[in-house]
Amino acid sequence: MSMTAFWTGRRRDSLAGYLFVAPQVAGVVLFVLLPVALAVYYSFSTWDIFSGEMHLNGGSNYADLVTDPQLPKVLLSTLVFSSGVVVLNLSIGLLLAVMLNRRFAGVTAFRAIFFSPVVVSVVAWTLVWGFLLQDNGGINGLLSVVGIDGPNWLQQGPTAMASVIFAQVVRSVGVNVVLFLAALQGVPRELYEAARIDGANDRKIFFGITLPMISPTLLLTGIITVVGALQAFAQIAVLTQGGPGVSTTVLVYYVFQQAFEFNNIGYGSTLALLLLSFVLVLTILQWQLRRKWVFYEG
Amino acid sequence: MTSIRRLFSAAVAGGLALALVACGGGSKPEAQSPDGIDLRMTVWTSNKDQLALFTSIADAYRAEHPNVRRITFDSLPFADYNSTLTTQIAGGNTPDLAWMGDLSRDLIAGKALVPLTDKLKGTAGWEYGDLVDSVTAEFSRDGQLYAYPFSNSPFGLYVNTDLLAKAGQTVGQSGLTWDQVSKIGGAVNAKTGKAGFVLRDFDYSSWNVLGTVWPGWGASAWNEDGSQCGMNSDQMVSAFQFLHDAIYVDKSMPGPGVKADFFAGDAAFTVAQVSRASLLDGSFKYAVYPLPKGPAGEYSVIGQAGVGVLRSGKHVEQATDFLAYLTNPVNAAKLAQYFPPPRKSLLTGEKLAASNKKLSAAQLQTVVVDQLDGAVTLPNHTKPAEISQKGKAALDPVWAKDADVKSVLGKVCETLQPLLSR
Repeated sequence: MSMTAFWTGRRRDSLAGYLFVAPQVAGVVLFVLLPVALAVYYSFSTWDIFSGEMHLNGGSNYADLVTDPQLPKVLLSTLVFSSGVVVLNLSIGLLLAVMLNRRFAGVTAFRAIFFSPVVVSVVAWTLVWGFLLQDNGGINGLLSVVGIDGPNWLQQGPTAMASVIFAQVVRSVGVNVVLFLAALQGVPRELYEAARIDGANDRKIFFGITLPMISPTLLLTGIITVVGALQAFAQIAVLTQGGPGVSTTVLVYYVFQQAFEFNNIGYGSTLALLLLSFVLVLTILQWQLRRKWVFYEG
Repeated sequence: MTSIRRLFSAAVAGGLALALVACGGGSKPEAQSPDGIDLRMTVWTSNKDQLALFTSIADAYRAEHPNVRRITFDSLPFADYNSTLTTQIAGGNTPDLAWMGDLSRDLIAGKALVPLTDKLKGTAGWEYGDLVDSVTAEFSRDGQLYAYPFSNSPFGLYVNTDLLAKAGQTVGQSGLTWDQVSKIGGAVNAKTGKAGFVLRDFDYSSWNVLGTVWPGWGASAWNEDGSQCGMNSDQMVSAFQFLHDAIYVDKSMPGPGVKADFFAGDAAFTVAQVSRASLLDGSFKYAVYPLPKGPAGEYSVIGQAGVGVLRSGKHVEQATDFLAYLTNPVNAAKLAQYFPPPRKSLLTGEKLAASNKKLSAAQLQTVVVDQLDGAVTLPNHTKPAEISQKGKAALDPVWAKDADVKSVLGKVCETLQPLLSR
């Protein structure tokens, strides 16, 4: 068979397609699949980095998940942090989007203001909040002007958790605002007009038309926000280092501590797989539940 | 068509697999190129003058050893130094030589360091007997030295005498006690609003820095062999009660979450290493004294840094030879301008003052030379990061205003004891 006969137009197209996806496939294999495979291997191993000795330990790292006295506290902190971030991020994001989906003077400036934290480096953003939240920092300074003796925000468990949630929500809510805004502007006007003619009030219109129509975006932002909350690291590392106590030690920070500070690579890998399983389960759950509450036109 | 597509997919997958095998795994071949040996040393300083000094010594060594093509000093950020060095070792990118602080015990216990004693003793003119015994203990095991303690900087009490004068306070070096420091600090705070005393780098996080205070009460974090927690001893409870009172009764020590930098003029006193004198910029008058006395009497504490040769480095023999050269009496004298040396011959106030513009010969004699003999080090143990982090989490409640100090310290020991016993 001659080369000309082999390289038909269809084969050329196929080759072009493979070449186009090859960089992405290589990236996923190198930086996602291979590390996950290695993490699985390490999770069954004990590795003494300094002596260079590594041996399989028969799953004792998984047994440690049950006996680790800190893990329940870490999981609780993760639940509180993630729930707080997801609920506030989605509700505030939607509220702001609805407010900004109107025509009024300066609306573009307001949209830019709410989106601007998204483009700021997360570490720089968090460092600034760290200064503001000190006992003698800017926030307590402002509160003292109106006669309020503010708490020592980052040094008490409940306020420390509230502070990291707040810093995370304010920084990231802009993305959801933009997505919600785009979705809101895609809702056909005639649906609202028809509802008005039928006598629907604002509340009925919002829950009967707006929410169902933007439900695909709600699903998307829900998944993005849940995954983002479970991955939040810099905020914790910079603001509280997991403290006071372990009150703000979320799972991803605990993975970092175990693997890279305590050099327990095996147990750290096991915790990383636990985190991966949480993300997978939550994402699959949301995806499956979409049939019940996500409205797809047509 | 399907079979061709499968064939092509298999080829792509095979290519990727080959690429992966080529890129990862396996040990690197010996790095000695035909042109010579490359040595690499990790350090945590980024000070240009210090790096220039190291480079000049390395250049002189290379001139005598043409087989060594290059010696690089890899400056890593101090905050991430231990984790970066550990990651490099884990990834097979081990430096030939490395600075080390509290990672030294893990490195020694893991047999990751090359024993140096025989090499140093066998090097003509090195003068091993010139080393001060009290500063080599931290880096020794079973009679072998595993890292050269190039920096042995005692902790001292820095005093902002301008701030004291503003508050109508005076302080003398002789017989100064922690109680006096706290009372005077409280008076300064009440008069000026500035902090009384701060323990530099503590920040309610690095609790091992409190090891500059509790020896004054005769306390220690654990016993000599590191097997028994001492955080719940009566002496330790008294020391922590002093700190707690300093925060909430005397109001001399800033509480958690309050930033105060002595070197920016924010505090009357600070405890810091003598090497931090370089931060004094002349914006206020100052004095430097030995650490105050506690109820258990006088004491001194040093912070140390060592440099060792990594066993898994690529050129162990050459790296050990370079270390012997870098630390010989001539070069040790050069390094002494930045790092308080471990050699008796260099430890006089006059010699140290020759290269120190901030402190006088008399001050250096008092706060450096006289403190080294019998000084204790900050608490150090294997698994330092895990002990530090878990200890911090257990210790955090002690800084609350209504804390039961004894009860919290009891819980600290409950947390630490399993780690110490491992």
